[in-house]
Amino acid sequence: MRAQPNGSQLNFRTPSRTAAPAPDLKMAVHGPVVKIHPVVLASIADSYERRNEGASRVIGTLLGTVDKHSVEVTNCFSVPHNESEDEVAVDMEFAKNMYELHKKVSPTEVIIGWYATGFDITEHSVLIHEYYSREAVNPIHLTVDTALQSNKMNIRAYISAQMGVPGKTVGVMFTPLTVKYIYYDTERIGVGLLQRTRDAPNRAKGLTSDLCQVGGAATRVQDMLTTVLAYIEEVLSGKVQADNSVGRFLTDLVSKVPKISAEDFESMLNSNINDLLMVTYLANLTQAQIALNEKLVIL
Amino acid sequence: MASRATLDSPVKQIQIEGLVVLKMIKHYQEEGQGTEVVQGVLLGLVVEDRLEITNCFPFPQHTEDDADFDEVQYQMEMMRSLRHVNIDHLHVGWYQSTYYGSFVSRALLDSQFSYQHAIEESVVLIYDPIKTAQGSLSLKAYRLTPKLMEICKEKDFSAEGLKKAMIGFEHMFEEVPIVIKNSHLINVLMWELEEKSTVADKHELLNLSSSNHLEKSLQLLMDRVDDMSQDIVKYNTYSRNLSKQQQQKHQYTQRRQQENAQRQTRGEPPLPEEDISKMFKPPQPPPRMDTLLIAGQINNYCQNVKEFTSQNLGKLFLAEALQGHNS
Repeated sequence: MRAQPNGSQLNFRTPSRTAAPAPDLKMAVHGPVVKIHPVVLASIADSYERRNEGASRVIGTLLGTVDKHSVEVTNCFSVPHNESEDEVAVDMEFAKNMYELHKKVSPTEVIIGWYATGFDITEHSVLIHEYYSREAVNPIHLTVDTALQSNKMNIRAYISAQMGVPGKTVGVMFTPLTVKYIYYDTERIGVGLLQRTRDAPNRAKGLTSDLCQVGGAATRVQDMLTTVLAYIEEVLSGKVQADNSVGRFLTDLVSKVPKISAEDFESMLNSNINDLLMVTYLANLTQAQIALNEKLVIL
Repeated sequence: MASRATLDSPVKQIQIEGLVVLKMIKHYQEEGQGTEVVQGVLLGLVVEDRLEITNCFPFPQHTEDDADFDEVQYQMEMMRSLRHVNIDHLHVGWYQSTYYGSFVSRALLDSQFSYQHAIEESVVLIYDPIKTAQGSLSLKAYRLTPKLMEICKEKDFSAEGLKKAMIGFEHMFEEVPIVIKNSHLINVLMWELEEKSTVADKHELLNLSSSNHLEKSLQLLMDRVDDMSQDIVKYNTYSRNLSKQQQQKHQYTQRRQQENAQRQTRGEPPLPEEDISKMFKPPQPPPRMDTLLIAGQINNYCQNVKEFTSQNLGKLFLAEALQGHNS
């Protein structure tokens, strides 16, 4: 009898090991929370695009740090492998080598698991998972559906667990874990810029300069305000039910603008503007000075 | 210090993939602290007049107990491994993080020169993490101008050499415009992330406080200006010494001639003409390269400060408008 990995059933194939993804339940899962940085996902997508001819999926190692209740994935690299109907070959030497090189740059990152593109967990995944359990304590398996089977890029993480009757048929079950996305501050800004890229017609965008950026940010805030105002209009005209929590947020928002007396604000504003203007003047003066110096020397 | 890319340079635009940006940000975030710089290598290829950067990898930092670490070997191994997974392994440049914009240094010049000498289209990407943390990605690409390349090749850093080439601090580096381009799959990823992640946009860009950043920038600027003035004093003393020496030489030759004339009248053999240059050794002219670098750095600082102040002025007027409506 053949095993069919299926989203909602568990099938065994005795006596050898088999793999099956656990049903996709929305309840709490046992195991660490997986926090992924966007750079890892971008790397995976990029290595999928560069895969060899004929390979249907790509695998690679995940690097990161392990915490008591969470695992943070901060880096990854792809590993060449060959997959056919009944066997799979992974270049272990390469993986070890790459890990050594990466360790030189960031000594705190350890192997915490591996990733694969594609929707299903196949039997080969078990073998690869076994290899990785030799490298890491409790490896995480990450799947990214780059073929967009269900019109979404399903990013799922699994951890393996033993199942079956002890002593008799033992199998491995992959239990899903909660996936969260975590950003550094600067990363968030980088991702923000990339997200704006996707709106441009030829997917390319230049980097804007100083005052334009402030203008851009101001327009974004303005857009948000218009959305909020539209919502308020609808509530007032009775189209939408008023929500108390939203109302509280709104009062918060309005009271955030500080109430300062007009003269105080004037003086604060003027002193700040004076500072900035003085610094601009000094900067211009310095630039003129060095330009002059340059010309005099060349004379 | 940077002029727009000239028509005769081989690279007119840089196209970076989002992946490279994210990797650079992550590298600095994890490995860089304070004033340390982090560096890495850029990989990609050249398409017509564009330089496409498709991947990058970081360089480990120099530590003291690193005697047996071979940089070249690390690089070779990394590139070989990346070639196995079909990543472009052509070396096209390098990146460096900077602290408040201070990157114009001898080290950078030397590195970029060796890169540009070996690979014509290479660039150095300067990533400013502090400016990025303030709200918008600050990434600039620089190349050495052909004039500067000539000078570096001949290693002629004296004043005459620089005068001949007519190099001012504005002609040292040229800035190349950057464009960020993503593949469709990465775009899909971006849409996914926007849906799934709950991190709100924090709007650091509209932050009003400026004094901290201004203070630090001005501090660095003052240090540089001090360096510059020291350099100028050195140059002044040199030129004064030189002119004094000229005078002395002149006096000496005159006295010699007088003596010789006297001797002739007296009928004695004239004194031999001694080699004047051996007696008066000309003073060593100070190297002008450092001055040029300092001037370039000062220019960069001033430019950054001006950008910052213009942004803040805009923000202040925004705040005023908001307050005006309130009262």
